[in-house]
Formats: sequence, C-alpha cells, structure tokens
Amino acid sequence: MSPKTLYDKIWDAHVAHESEDGTCLLYIDRHLVHEVTSPQAFEGLRMAGRDVHAPDKTIAVPDHNVPTTPGRENPDQMTEDSRIQVAALDKNAKDFGIHYYPVTDVRQGIVHIVGPEQGWTLPGMTVVCGDSHTATHGAFGALAHGIGTSEVEHVLATQTLIQKKSKNMKVEITGKLRPGVTAKDITLAVIGETGTGGGTGYVIEYCGEAIRNLSMEGRMTVCNMAIEGGARAGLIAPDETTFEYVKGRPHAPKGAQWEAALNWWKTLYTDEGAHFDKVVTLKGEEIEPVVTWGTSPEDVLPISATVPAPESFKGGKVDAAKRAIEYMGLTPGQKLTDIQIDTVFIGSCTNGRIEDLRAAADIVKGKKIKEGMRAMVVPGSGLVRAQAEEEGLADIFKDAGFEWRLAGCSMCLAMNPDQLSEGERCASTSNRNFEGRQGYKGRTHLVSPAMAAAAALTGHLTDVRELMTENA
Amino acid sequence: MEKFEKLTGIAAPMPLVNIDTDMIIPKIFLKTIKRSGLGVNLFDEMRYERDGSEKPDFVLNKPQYREAQILVAGDNFGCGSSREHAPWALTDFGIKSVISTSFADIFYNNCFKNGILPIVLPQEAVDVLMKDTEKGSNARMIVDLEAQTVTTSDGEVFHFELDSFKKHCLLEGLDDIGLTMAKADAIQSFEEKAAQERPWV
Ligand code: SF4
Repeated sequence: MSPKTLYDKIWDAHVAHESEDGTCLLYIDRHLVHEVTSPQAFEGLRMAGRDVHAPDKTIAVPDHNVPTTPGRENPDQMTEDSRIQVAALDKNAKDFGIHYYPVTDVRQGIVHIVGPEQGWTLPGMTVVCGDSHTATHGAFGALAHGIGTSEVEHVLATQTLIQKKSKNMKVEITGKLRPGVTAKDITLAVIGETGTGGGTGYVIEYCGEAIRNLSMEGRMTVCNMAIEGGARAGLIAPDETTFEYVKGRPHAPKGAQWEAALNWWKTLYTDEGAHFDKVVTLKGEEIEPVVTWGTSPEDVLPISATVPAPESFKGGKVDAAKRAIEYMGLTPGQKLTDIQIDTVFIGSCTNGRIEDLRAAADIVKGKKIKEGMRAMVVPGSGLVRAQAEEEGLADIFKDAGFEWRLAGCSMCLAMNPDQLSEGERCASTSNRNFEGRQGYKGRTHLVSPAMAAAAALTGHLTDVRELMTENA
Repeated sequence: MEKFEKLTGIAAPMPLVNIDTDMIIPKIFLKTIKRSGLGVNLFDEMRYERDGSEKPDFVLNKPQYREAQILVAGDNFGCGSSREHAPWALTDFGIKSVISTSFADIFYNNCFKNGILPIVLPQEAVDVLMKDTEKGSNARMIVDLEAQTVTTSDGEVFHFELDSFKKHCLLEGLDDIGLTMAKADAIQSFEEKAAQERPWV
C-alpha cells in the first residue's frame, strides 16, 4: 500500500459513497450546532418533512448571541432578535431530540470548547459545524471543518456531506519555542508566512517538535486559526497528550471500547514517505511574540517591529494595506509598542481555555490594569470558568481590575452586547481583526493571552517578555 | 433552487483584496432566522453612513452599477466566517456571479447552494474584466455556464474551470439533499460497517 497522510487515512475511513467524477459522500461522526447558522436549516427540514438522521451525533449549544453578564437567564437581557434565535435553538433541540446545553447549564460555552471538553470530539472523527472555527477540533487528529447553513441542513438530514478531497499541506514547526512565545504566536506566524489564501484548497497537518510539545489547549489554538490561513482544516496527529486529555471525558469511550479506540487511534499518523502537495517550515526558536497591525490576520509582525509602509507590499495588497493603516489609525514607521490600547479582551474559541487564562493570570498577578482601561476575561465555557475560580485565577483578574464574565463568544464577534465603540482599540486574543469585527469602526490587534495581559497592564502593545524578566 | 443558465449583465468592480464575510454582511444582520431580505444590507458598512444614508463613492451606490449582477473582485473573496448569509445577501441584491483570482473555500461552496456562480480566473484575465467593468451600464458581460466562458463587452472570451458535479447541480437547479437521499442505501451500509469497526463513535 502506498504511504498515506493522516488526512488520507481519516478521509478513507469516512467515504460512504464515491461517484465516478470523484465527488464523495463523507460520513460525519459529530455535528455541532449553534444558534446563528442553524435556524434556516431546521426550518428547511420542517418544510421538507425531514427528520434529523442521527440526533445522537448532533450536539447544540447557544454561544454567539448570549450575554456574558450575570443574570442572563433572564431573556430581557437579550435584544429581541437574539432572543428569537436562542429560543429557536431551544425549540429545535427539543423537537428533534438532539443533545443540548442551554445557557443555564454549567457545561454551556463556545461550541468548539464544549465539544472537546465533553469528549464529543475524538481522534479520527469527522466533525462539522456551521462555523468556520470548527478547525479547532483538528487538534485531536479529527477531520473538522466549517460548513454553511445549506450544508448544516444536508448533514442534519443525511449525516453526510458532499465533498471532494482537498490537497495535503504540511506545516512543520521545528525546535523549541522561546519563553513568552505561545501557540497563538505559532499560528499567527504561520498565517503571516502563507497569507490568508495560502491554505486554500488544502488540509494542513501541523507537525514538528514545537507542535508535539504543545498541550491540547495549545494545539487547539493552532488548529483553530487554520481557517484564517484559508485551509479547509488543520490536523495534528494524536499522541499520548491527546489520549491523556480525552480519557475519562463524559462522552469518551470506556473500558473495552476505550482499548479498541486507542488501538485505532494509534494508527493515525502520516506514514513515512507520504506525499504532501505543499510544505512550509518555520523554526520554533525564531518565532517571536507577534501582533497584527492591520485588518487581515495575515497582517502579522513581531512585537519589536514597526507599522509597515503600504508601498512595501505588492499588487492589490498595496491598496488593502493603505486602507488598513487608515482604518487602524496608524502611521507607517510607528513602533508597534507605541500603539495605545483602551480595551483588552481575553477569551474566544482561540484562547478561552484554562491554560490561556493561566498564562494571562501569570502576567497579571498582583498588579493592576492601566487606569481607564476596559479589560475583560470571558471563559470559553462554564467549566473553564468554574476551574479558574477554583484555581484562584478569577480573583487575580478581578483584583487587577478585569471584568470576570460568563461563557460565550462575546467580543470575539460582538453579536452580543460586548462591543467596541467607534475608534476604540483592543488587544484581543480572538482570531479575526476584520473591519468592524468587534464593533463598528472598532480596531483590533490580535495577540496571545500573555500579550493581552501585558497590554492591559501597560496601556500599550507590549513585549510580554519584558514583564516576565521583571517577574523573575 | 433556481437554474443558472446564461447570464448577460452589468459587472461592478471591487478590486480590494481579502473582502471578508464581515464586509459582505456584518454580523448584526445574522440575527435573522430567515434566508431572505438581506440584500439591502449587503456590504452594509461600506455602503451606508451610520445614519443610513448612502455613501455615494461605494461602487454599488453609483448609478451605473446599481443593477449589477456580476462582481469582479480582488483576490481571496469571501474569506472569514462560514455564514451563508453572505451568498444570501448577494443573491437577494441580485448578484448572480462573482469573478476573482481566488475564493475562500466555504464561501465558494456556499455560493453553489444558492444559485450563485463563483468564477476563478487567472490574474491577467481578471485584470481585463476589471477594466471592462469601467464601462458601467454601457456594457454587458456574458457568463455562460454551459460553455464555461466569460465574454467581455468587446467580445473577448475567457474559459474557466469548474467541477463537473457543481456545474450539473447549478445548471439543473438541483437540491443536494434530495440527491444524497437517493443514496440512502450506501449511507446505511456505511453505518453498519462503521458500527462494527468503530463502535465507540
Ligand atoms: S469565539 Fe469567535 S470565532 Fe469562536 S465560535 Fe465564537 S464567534 Fe466564532
């Protein structure tokens, strides 16, 4: 047999039907659903008199719209249209008999955090969700990608997706990361290298020593942003770190099933000599803490750099950079560390897990945020929140002047009341710095949790390593 | 879904690269539970002032492009979120085809589910088409799905590549779910086999 990549193996194990032209029906093991991209799909099912094919493999949780302030069970806290969307999910989950975590459930949270936490996401699975950051689940060696609402309806009705196979791309991060450099810096640095279209048409497998050394939380951060590089999915081969994380989760296999699963999972790696259509290699030691300066996730620079001149780019990017610099209110040549920040957001499916909160708390401990700064921590799930409270992280944040919120997407996309106002500038641990993403005319700089914490203390973009030496 | 045949229409230029789904339809309009009615908010933040008045400089507000059915766009159009609200807003406005050097994957797929034809062409071809859009409503571009060609108002023809299955579905206006349900046997036998091999799933 010819050597296969990890992607090839998972793909082959899930093809339910292949047509002559290579169009496949890919069987879907887990379908995650949230309130924003699903109402039209359920509506479509009802209109056609169709049922959910496999309700047992379908999990729903409201996250995008929900307020993150206390007392949110009271629907008056939501705008009318948000309330309707959440109520529609409540009803659809009930009517079609799918697993559901309502806002009143401590397990509620961002769909991409809840899935892994509850053991719904397992190695070798196919996972889809009507959300582009479904790539997150690739950290488990699961083939996971975002789909549109028509496809949500298709999966609900048939548990399959019509797909053609993507190409294989390898992203290798060799060596070790230096102190102060995190998974977020890796994933941003990769996008800086490949551009937001660099992964289009590919499934990326991340590998190399620096990836191996990451925790599951870090691996999820890396895969989460595969979509920002244009890839259909990001994957990391499962290993002991993965198995350790999965073991004992509520929906993970137990007993003899666990052993059987483990045996299969251990075969999920790229064979020696397997073919990749594209290879990108970065040296772990050379990655610095990075920030974005513009309005595309590819606008990445090391924190030690300066705002670029639009003329330094090529083609259509010259105008895009001009527009971005104007939108962001920056001047070419300005030092990134001179950029003043008025809001800090720590959260999202990229960086709302316990390890992210620990990293931020480490920097903040015993200090106060800059006067006048608005800073908030929004845990990715109710369970992350509970654990952070138990570990004393919540108190560290609160003592420093952060708001300590309930779980949800919050200011990652600002569909709920958490928004930037016009011209406000935010250091954010989320994944998109598009125009208006965090609020109309709001300005976003993407950073790691440690870098966000550092900016909250100093009031400007800051190299976190300077604060770390201070602490040591 | 409506069948896509031959389209003769006005094309509007949007040369900006990386036009993302937040630009196409900002999230505040995602709170709907319907598919229709999003056209008025297409490109909302680029198209309107905060008070709701139109920005005269925005391409689709210019008299010669108000009836545009084709967009000629910069690289990596539709990047960002999976929201199908983006193609819903485009169709609702009247856009039936978007031409660019590249599209984001999910957006590209979503277009086909909504009767929109996204066309990928090399930079040189897009440059020629971009130039052709400058003629505004004085010119008509022709998109022929069957022949897989785009023809400028001067008669210059560009051939584009397209997946045969996607082409077939668009031409016939086919419903994917119906097609897949016809393969229910294959799905069932897959499920039986998978239940043996991977019972923990
Ligand atoms: S946290 Fe942000 S990126 Fe993640 S699912 Fe929510 S809105 Fe999407």
